[in-house]
Amino acid sequence: MSTHFFTDTSILLGRSMRHIFRSVDTIITTAVTPIALMLLFVYVFGGAISTNTENYVNYLLPGIMLIAIASGIAYTAVRLFTDMQSGIFERFHSMPIARSSVLWAHVLTSLVANGLSLVIIVVVALLMGFRTSASVLDWLAVAGILALFTLALTWIAIIAGLSAKSVDGAGGFSYPLIFLPFISSAFVPTETMPGPVRWFAENQPVTSIVNTLQDLFAQRPVDGDIWVALAWCLGILIVSYAFATAAYKRRIT
Amino acid sequence: MTAAAIRVEGIEKSYKNLHVLRGVNFEVAPGSIFALLGSNGAGKTTMVKILSTLLKADAGSAAVEGFDVATESLKVRQSISLTGQFAAVDEVLSGKENLVLVAKLRHLKNSGQIADDLLAQFSLTEAGSRKVASYSGGMRRRLDIAMSLIGNPQVIFLDEPTTGLDPEARLEVWQIVKNLARQGTTVLLTTQYLDEAEQLADRIAILHEGRIIANGTLAELKQLLPPAKIEYVEKQPSLEDIFLALVGSGNNAAADNNESVEDRS
Repeated sequence: MSTHFFTDTSILLGRSMRHIFRSVDTIITTAVTPIALMLLFVYVFGGAISTNTENYVNYLLPGIMLIAIASGIAYTAVRLFTDMQSGIFERFHSMPIARSSVLWAHVLTSLVANGLSLVIIVVVALLMGFRTSASVLDWLAVAGILALFTLALTWIAIIAGLSAKSVDGAGGFSYPLIFLPFISSAFVPTETMPGPVRWFAENQPVTSIVNTLQDLFAQRPVDGDIWVALAWCLGILIVSYAFATAAYKRRIT
Repeated sequence: MTAAAIRVEGIEKSYKNLHVLRGVNFEVAPGSIFALLGSNGAGKTTMVKILSTLLKADAGSAAVEGFDVATESLKVRQSISLTGQFAAVDEVLSGKENLVLVAKLRHLKNSGQIADDLLAQFSLTEAGSRKVASYSGGMRRRLDIAMSLIGNPQVIFLDEPTTGLDPEARLEVWQIVKNLARQGTTVLLTTQYLDEAEQLADRIAILHEGRIIANGTLAELKQLLPPAKIEYVEKQPSLEDIFLALVGSGNNAAADNNESVEDRS
């Protein structure tokens, strides 16, 4: 690895951030669909859903955040794919720079862009009545888990961006990920679901992450869920990073 | 005789069952323009990608400025610049921002000054602050080549630099390439246009079905053909002559810095 890794990554991060701020619509669209879902579930379905909480927005927000991240990372795949198509990826690779910084710049951009979308969503949730007594430390824990989740999904997006044949393919891989929170504890408690669905819901990654975030916001003690959530995030991160590295090696040999 | 700037020995490369390069050999002298001539799919781009360390060869060896492309790739990348088949510019950034980006990645000081100088040199000063998305094909190619000159690489690869350009922009690129060689830069260009190789190159190699089937100066290549016989033919202006006469900017096209998509519509 070249000694210029950090300099090169920050230069390329600056470039991607210019892309983001010149097409702010990508941040807005990432936030709009989850916000629409939040409005729909709170003001249309919410009255009929029994979650044993006095405030359904409080219950819903963690799942909405995960949906936002799952849809936001699709832009990372598209940005990477566009770089590969335009030849600028090859230009960077034929220059004396730390090559891995080309991918890392996209990964860090994904963290920043998704972070901005999440801030918009939290502001809207506050307007809709979201209330929490979470301390600064709790918020840091929430931010840490969300960042880890974003990082794990971003490396999946990198695989898609590196191996897609079309821009639709690069963006389309995220649909199943967006769907996962619906079959979890994000919208309704899993106890209401029939056997096999309930089993799936309780054993897929989203539920443990949602439960942890709900507990942190509600100032309940986080039980074993947080370790399951962290294990899922780290597991996905390690596997997707390995596959992304392999996909990257295939592209440059 | 000095050492070759580029030396290629027995390079082979296959994609799955497609045997693209089947043992390519050639050398390029420092400061010369070398044209790799071939039809579409002949393997020109694959050869350039191997030399610019983007692809690894299956067999054979290649060196640029004495550095092996497989084992000393970072040193090779310090000596070269690649201008790929499609203008590798960032559409979202302005022309100046593109140049500054490359200058920073090459860890050069005063990247702003370098960018301004190149914008002036390539008649892009006025367009420098505009997004590249609004540039014409010729302007993009000029910016693309300008980006490749940052850091004064000793060797420049130009992969089909004039494909898709209009005749004026093509002449501009030819002028740029000639100037590069005059300053001592080694240029390897690929082209499918015979006249381009004839106009620019000190030496021409013809790549066909994965092998170099001829390699020499234009005069040497001409000797491979049956001797010329004299015929008297009325000289008709070519369509290019007519086009350039009508638009009236054949030789000073590079000075035209107002060219843009809007102006041309």
